[in-house]
Amino acid sequence: MSFPWAKQYTPSHPFMKWMDERLPVPRLVYNAVGGGYEVPRNLNYFWNFGFLAGLCLVLQIVTGIVMAMHYAANTEVAFDTIEHTVRDVNWGWLMRYAHANGASAFFVVIYVHIFRGFYFGSYKAPREMVWLLGVVIFLLMMATAFMGYVLPWGQMSFWGAKVITGLFSAIPLVGEPLQQWLLGGFAPDNAALNRFFSLHYLLPFVIVGVVILHIWALHIPGSSNPTGVEVKSESDTVPFYPYYVAKDGWAIGVFAILYCAMVFFAPNYLGHPDNYIPANPMSTPAHIVPEWYFWPFYAILRAFTQDFFFIPAKLMGVLAMFGAILVWFFLPWLDKSPIRSSSYRPLYKKFFWFGLIPTMAVLFYCGGAAAEEPYVMISQIAALYYFAHFLIILPIVSAIEKPKPLPFSITEAVLGKDEDAKLEPSA
Amino acid sequence: MARILSILVGLFFTVALAWSLGLGFYTWATEPAQPTAEHEFHEHPKHVSFASDGPFGTFDKQQLQRGFQVYQQVCAACHALKHVAFRDLEKIGYNEPEVKAIAAQFQIPKYDEMTGMVETVEGTPTDYFPPVMYAGQGSPPDLSLITKARHDGGPYVYSLLTGYQDQPAELLEHFPDAKTPDGLYYNPYFPNLNLAMPAPLMEDMVTYSDGTPATVDQMAKDVSAFLIWTAEPTMDKRKQTGWPILGFLLFATILGYMSYRNIWANKKH
Ligand code: HEM
Repeated sequence: MSFPWAKQYTPSHPFMKWMDERLPVPRLVYNAVGGGYEVPRNLNYFWNFGFLAGLCLVLQIVTGIVMAMHYAANTEVAFDTIEHTVRDVNWGWLMRYAHANGASAFFVVIYVHIFRGFYFGSYKAPREMVWLLGVVIFLLMMATAFMGYVLPWGQMSFWGAKVITGLFSAIPLVGEPLQQWLLGGFAPDNAALNRFFSLHYLLPFVIVGVVILHIWALHIPGSSNPTGVEVKSESDTVPFYPYYVAKDGWAIGVFAILYCAMVFFAPNYLGHPDNYIPANPMSTPAHIVPEWYFWPFYAILRAFTQDFFFIPAKLMGVLAMFGAILVWFFLPWLDKSPIRSSSYRPLYKKFFWFGLIPTMAVLFYCGGAAAEEPYVMISQIAALYYFAHFLIILPIVSAIEKPKPLPFSITEAVLGKDEDAKLEPSA
Repeated sequence: MARILSILVGLFFTVALAWSLGLGFYTWATEPAQPTAEHEFHEHPKHVSFASDGPFGTFDKQQLQRGFQVYQQVCAACHALKHVAFRDLEKIGYNEPEVKAIAAQFQIPKYDEMTGMVETVEGTPTDYFPPVMYAGQGSPPDLSLITKARHDGGPYVYSLLTGYQDQPAELLEHFPDAKTPDGLYYNPYFPNLNLAMPAPLMEDMVTYSDGTPATVDQMAKDVSAFLIWTAEPTMDKRKQTGWPILGFLLFATILGYMSYRNIWANKKH
């Protein structure tokens, strides 16, 4: 769908006309990211992060494919092939650092993208499908990143794989056989490394597919905006090209500067030194920690230290860790408030800024810290709030909250008045 | 209905967490964790700077050559350097004949396809530093990546090499069980305080070809600098590449910002 005032694609060059009648790819592009896609005029910079996420995905695929040309998924040599790439392949060091830091950049961008959704209620009707596909992408990203981290076959690769696949053994009855089936053995070894490489190469393309669906679903109603008020008339929108191409363009510049500063001047800052030690199944690292982007969920996993009735602590931790992400699937139905943007939801806004955000910060911190007191107790409090926030507070708040008055339209919000607004966009 | 279900699920997780928290707190309050010798006496690396530090850092080739001399004459007895090839030494300023001569000092095991035997032959520039046979206690790690495989790697190696000392009386008083076992050596920079490597450096152990006095401190610094290089021989290239790229990006971003302002000039938003 697009708004009735959206410009139509008119091929000017005879070749484009010929093409348009046979395979209208230029039309598709025009309507998706060109002059034919109308976007609210009042988007703030948080709406740049979807574009940046797409950029990260491409970056990861390109650098990853180059690295795969020099990599061998064999436990005997995997570590050495990476070192060979970094030392002897022309620009191999750049590919490696770009890929490793690219994963971190991708997650930074995606966390902002997701929390934009939490704050501005982007998950609400009619964009539930955009959101659900987004959560699927996030799960795929986590699986991809986890398997990628195993490939260099360093100490953290091996022990991370062991701990994470070990979680499946917590499942009653089928747990241990399932774990062995996933690994192709009793512990991570050649079989596991090979399938992880295979899947690590496959999943990014699955993500590309889901991203296409994500954007398709988004383009049915079009983007929401910081007021959360739907588009009503032509003065509410601007065409994607040139307006948002220009805005995304310079946002890419800022992103690229920060990213390159990491790649060229602190490429190992976010990594764990132990992963420069080749995997050794006989020597357990002092602290096994995953990469930083898993820390909140790792903290939740470790927060369950006691059996709960007949449920073992480990199983509770696993349920909670996956549950912490799976609740996001239900968000559009847990949050009943018809108001999207938190700017007009005084109560929810407080819980967002003083509840959810500090909770996430604490979980990030504790997930990276050693499993010692007081960090365990602190992460227990934070995890408790996390679940309460989504499953208890949000449904209640959205029922009792008295929202602030909304602007009549986007145009009114921007200009203070809106003369030519229609009540409904005539479809 | 959905709301009630959600609240019930929420209660399930929060009550389980409160239960864990309560019992954890009780244990913590009644049985506080005992301090350990490692916790009390372990020290962070000393502050020491290298030419390669910082965004403008480059390698001091003179120092790297001295460091290589220390590695070859002292460390190489026990520690391998498998990711480094002799040809790499050209990057720290040795010329081709020198590299050939250095390589020839090493015996490289080679598998002979005709006889099926492993024979040792003189090294050539394309060979990598060979494995080291070590018969003593412990297992000396390969040093190629050691400065990347430890937090604050360069300063860590330097601190370790210069950090050997007698066990403090205070430690023995509070933790009599933590007395350094026979065959290990006390060093507060090592994570568990006792390691199997005896202090390897002694004054004037090597005679530097550039005449620098070979104090323990100097040798420790030089070999740490060398090991920073072995861990990432491309580090100087990385930093030198970074600046023009950042410069270009800054320029492109400013242009991008200006065109953004220009395009949006008449659109309030
Ligand atoms: C590879 C990963 C992803 C890519 C490339 C991507 C791409 C995009 C793009 C280009 C947009 C439109 C621009 C914008 O609003 O920023 C968008 C919107 C959106 N995305 Fe994503 N996305 C990704 C992951 C996710 C995830 C993980 C979630 C949530 C869990 C999510 C939820 C949303 C929502 C709700 C919107 C609509 C926002 C609105 O209009 O208010 N996306 N996405």
